[in-house]
Amino acid sequence: MARVEKLECRECGRTYEAAPIYACDFCFAPLEPVYDYGSIAAEISRDSINAGPATIWRYSDLLPVDPSAPRIDIGAGMTPLLKAPRLGAELGIDNLYIKNDTANPTHSFKDRVVSVALTVAREMGFDTVACASTGNLANAVAAHSARAGLRSFVFIPANLEQNKVITTAIYGGNMIAVEGNYDHVNKLCSEIAQKGEWGFVNVNLRPYYSEGSKTLAFEVSEQLGWKAPDHVVVPVASGSLLTKFRKGLEEFHKVGILDEAPQTRMHAAQAQGCNPVVAAIKAGVEVIRPVRPDTIAKSLAIGNPADGYYAVKAVNETGGTGDEVTDEEIVAAIRLLASTEGVFAETAGGVTIGALKKMAERGTFQPGETVVALITGMGLKTAEALTGRVGPNVHISGDLEKFDEEMRLLSAYE
Amino acid sequence: MKIPTQLRTLTGGEAELNVAEASDVRDLLGKIGAKHPDLTERLLDDNGEIRRFVNIYVGDEDVRFLDGLNTALESGSQVSILPAVAGG
Repeated sequence: MARVEKLECRECGRTYEAAPIYACDFCFAPLEPVYDYGSIAAEISRDSINAGPATIWRYSDLLPVDPSAPRIDIGAGMTPLLKAPRLGAELGIDNLYIKNDTANPTHSFKDRVVSVALTVAREMGFDTVACASTGNLANAVAAHSARAGLRSFVFIPANLEQNKVITTAIYGGNMIAVEGNYDHVNKLCSEIAQKGEWGFVNVNLRPYYSEGSKTLAFEVSEQLGWKAPDHVVVPVASGSLLTKFRKGLEEFHKVGILDEAPQTRMHAAQAQGCNPVVAAIKAGVEVIRPVRPDTIAKSLAIGNPADGYYAVKAVNETGGTGDEVTDEEIVAAIRLLASTEGVFAETAGGVTIGALKKMAERGTFQPGETVVALITGMGLKTAEALTGRVGPNVHISGDLEKFDEEMRLLSAYE
Repeated sequence: MKIPTQLRTLTGGEAELNVAEASDVRDLLGKIGAKHPDLTERLLDDNGEIRRFVNIYVGDEDVRFLDGLNTALESGSQVSILPAVAGG
């Protein structure tokens, strides 16, 4: 069934046995799992999905795992797809949805990819797993490792937000703070992964790990009544989520779950302080020029995104667009989403909503079209970004007269 | 220069190559290419540019953030080659 037959190079098509490898020996391009879609199509149906668990594992037929392998599952997935009429009214979008992936076990979409990666890691016999992380991945790896009883090492940039440090360390694995930015951490992890002793979820297990992102596309389609949306706005770091979301939609059609071929336009959102993918989209080139990240959206601060090239291609091929937002616009967008829909997003979510706003202003979305914005991580993780910007708007002594007076003043202003 | 596992078949299994003197990365690759032509072909495309999925570092820095192939080397500089990796 869902077993991966082999891995295939995305560039030159050379194939490899399914193993903990991630780059083509010949051209160093990423490797992708190859499935037998014919036999998957014969097994999978809307009913079989409905009969599955209320987690990403309801889509296990399209995940790169041995069907008989015990899953490492703490409940990732099946997060709410919220109709967002109040935010939509603010932005002039009449059919807007928020995919609220803050509702995952460690409050970001990384639980999806890690649940898959660690299941594969254990299947392959690793007793130690590791990752290079901007924070969300660290949380997810630490939590899922704890659940699975695997030894873990998470490598983070030393300047990471305090809350992401705490929400990783609590799970008890090893945490290595590295001087430098994410790209430096990534380089170190690539070197350690070369030894082949540990399962690095986003290095030597990456072909399996990144497939977990497809479940966002599966869920959104299922929650829209087995229909692909007209537009998706995706926050871009490495470019993997955007690429895999599109792949997920296409696979769902290929195996017969979606009746119509998806026409979804993929839109990329980045921070102005780390915009290599959006810059390439706007310039109309496929070459990614690496940048040195400088943004409060640290979970998107990957200056040299390895899947950036594929993300640019996916945007261009689907007729999508890209937009970038300043740190000020990120904070304003976090507040806008929270105050209109009751969803508190991390800075990456501010990037998504800020870019969505600009896209709407440019007339990207036509009346009646379904627009989905992916909110991939929760606001408490990056609360530092809001320090001094939000707080009580009335401060009084605890006496009723004072309160009544303040309320009169407040209503006078409303 | 540190060689990743993927390319060691081209260096007779060597994980590290040493070059007595090279002024910049281009010069280094030229000197290594004289001995291991297959190796440089994997790193550079037909136009002599670094291939898309190849990252070359001098010390801890990706040369794309420095002067690319013109990045200067000093005696004792360590150059590493690694496949590009997507993050999270």
